[in-house]
Amino acid sequence: MNEKIVLRYEVDPNDFTRAGEASSNVKRRLKLLGVDPDIVRKVAISLYEGEINMVIHSYGGIIEVIISPEEIEMILTDKGPGIEDIELAMQAGYSTAPDNIRNLGFGAGMGLPNMKKYSDEFNIESTVGVGTTVKMKVFIPKE
Amino acid sequence: MSEFFTSVLLKKELCKGCINCIKRCPTQAIRVRDGKAFIIKEFCIDCGECIRICPHHAKVATYDSPDIMKKFEYNVALPAPSLYGQFNNLDDVNIVLTALKKMGFDDVYEVSSAAELVSEMTRKYVAENEDKWPVISTACPTVVRLIQIRFPNLIDHLLPIYAPVDLAAINARNKAMKETNLPSEKIGIIFISPCPAKVTAVKSPIGIKKSEIDGVLAMKEIYPMLLPYMKESVNKVEDLGKSGRIGIGWGSTGGEAGALLTDNYLAADGIENVIRVLEDLEDQKFERLEFVELNACAGGCVGGVLTVENPYLAKVKLKRLRKYLPVACSHLDTEESADAFWTEDVPYEPVFKLGKNMRESINKMAKVEELMHKFPGLDCGSCGAPTCKALAEDIVRGVAKEEDCIHILRDYIHKLSDELSRFDKKK
Repeated sequence: MNEKIVLRYEVDPNDFTRAGEASSNVKRRLKLLGVDPDIVRKVAISLYEGEINMVIHSYGGIIEVIISPEEIEMILTDKGPGIEDIELAMQAGYSTAPDNIRNLGFGAGMGLPNMKKYSDEFNIESTVGVGTTVKMKVFIPKE
Repeated sequence: MSEFFTSVLLKKELCKGCINCIKRCPTQAIRVRDGKAFIIKEFCIDCGECIRICPHHAKVATYDSPDIMKKFEYNVALPAPSLYGQFNNLDDVNIVLTALKKMGFDDVYEVSSAAELVSEMTRKYVAENEDKWPVISTACPTVVRLIQIRFPNLIDHLLPIYAPVDLAAINARNKAMKETNLPSEKIGIIFISPCPAKVTAVKSPIGIKKSEIDGVLAMKEIYPMLLPYMKESVNKVEDLGKSGRIGIGWGSTGGEAGALLTDNYLAADGIENVIRVLEDLEDQKFERLEFVELNACAGGCVGGVLTVENPYLAKVKLKRLRKYLPVACSHLDTEESADAFWTEDVPYEPVFKLGKNMRESINKMAKVEELMHKFPGLDCGSCGAPTCKALAEDIVRGVAKEEDCIHILRDYIHKLSDELSRFDKKK
């Protein structure tokens, strides 16, 4: 018996045409699995925010999504500048996105706060000059 | 909805078993089995793409024959606004309406007139329900069905108001009963439709309990019948038209949204584009949008499978026709109209679900991944499924087998012949 599905996606920096590919793909799979629409929504929003963050800020990275009957775990690991002050970055509206990104409609400073809001477990670790890892979990209530 | 219905029929003798329709279907609802196309009914959203693409004309739409009028004592025609876009140099919709009466209908009730009432109701609903923004239009039955089976998180955003044709049907019936004193069953409410999705919407309505439409006629079939009567009508036109720019605008993309008198809307057409917009809406990529108008057909209703004219030319013709009309002619406070809010819930129908529960589904999905490594990934369609992935899903659903893939079959045959020749040498 397989109890888990493990999915891996590579994220290219600055490739906005492909941004959202991972979250769309995961969303489609969750629907095939018959996961409750509310759970799908939470995963899709938090994962999309994370994916966009990687596209805007990192030098590239990997998204790993592990689906089990109990939970959906998302691990986003990137190489990049890292975050100097995580507490500040977690504040709604705080953004370091450059103007050209903001002109595209991104960089509102809601990425990390939304990821925290829509996931049930949220953990972020970052080393300046090395990169950032975000781990999120969304729990699936027992049927 | 307990039973799935589709308005697309297959003429078996014409079907060559090619892969055109399975490739075009936006919900991957078609398979070729035993050399013939086969529609998985619960996946079908009645968009009509397979009818459009089939080079052998094996896919046809179901609709009623004009003979259906004989079943009733009194018949009312409900012309869709897209009908007015089918004719050259038409400068007065009354010519079409008069011709419909000459053709045998006792009365006409324009869908565009009901559309103006729906527009008024929508304006009010959108203003009063900011928490439902963006409100998604529900006039196109294909879009509603698509959302119901694939975008559960958007169901709450659906505009819970009757499609113009359904409101027109109720109002037309009430009017006819009042004027003729006939019982309801002797009155035929006949829609002249640009698309077969309405046939399905009549048989299995979404959001409303029962449709008041008794018959759906194909625009392309009525068109040649109407032409001679229209010539006849030109000299003596009855003043029957009751719709203005807003109502007639509904016939093509942007008309419904434009009638809301806000710039804060999005209008998309063509089923693939519609799906992309819905995907993005689901991810909440559009903020502060009030209304989303979606039409499964390119160009809107004028692009329906049952129309005759090129949709973009039809759009131009509608524009010309609308130019000198009043903004709207039908209003809620002056028109006798039924209450047009949906009465039924629209439940999510997870038709694509792989297993009965999460554990079973995960297992099946893992099996799909495993199969995907075996398949060549060419999406050639030779197995009868549109993609390798669709075949893998069919296999775990128990309706196909690995050897349906001709590449796997070929490898299997190679192996078999190798073994046979080895056996031969031993002998």
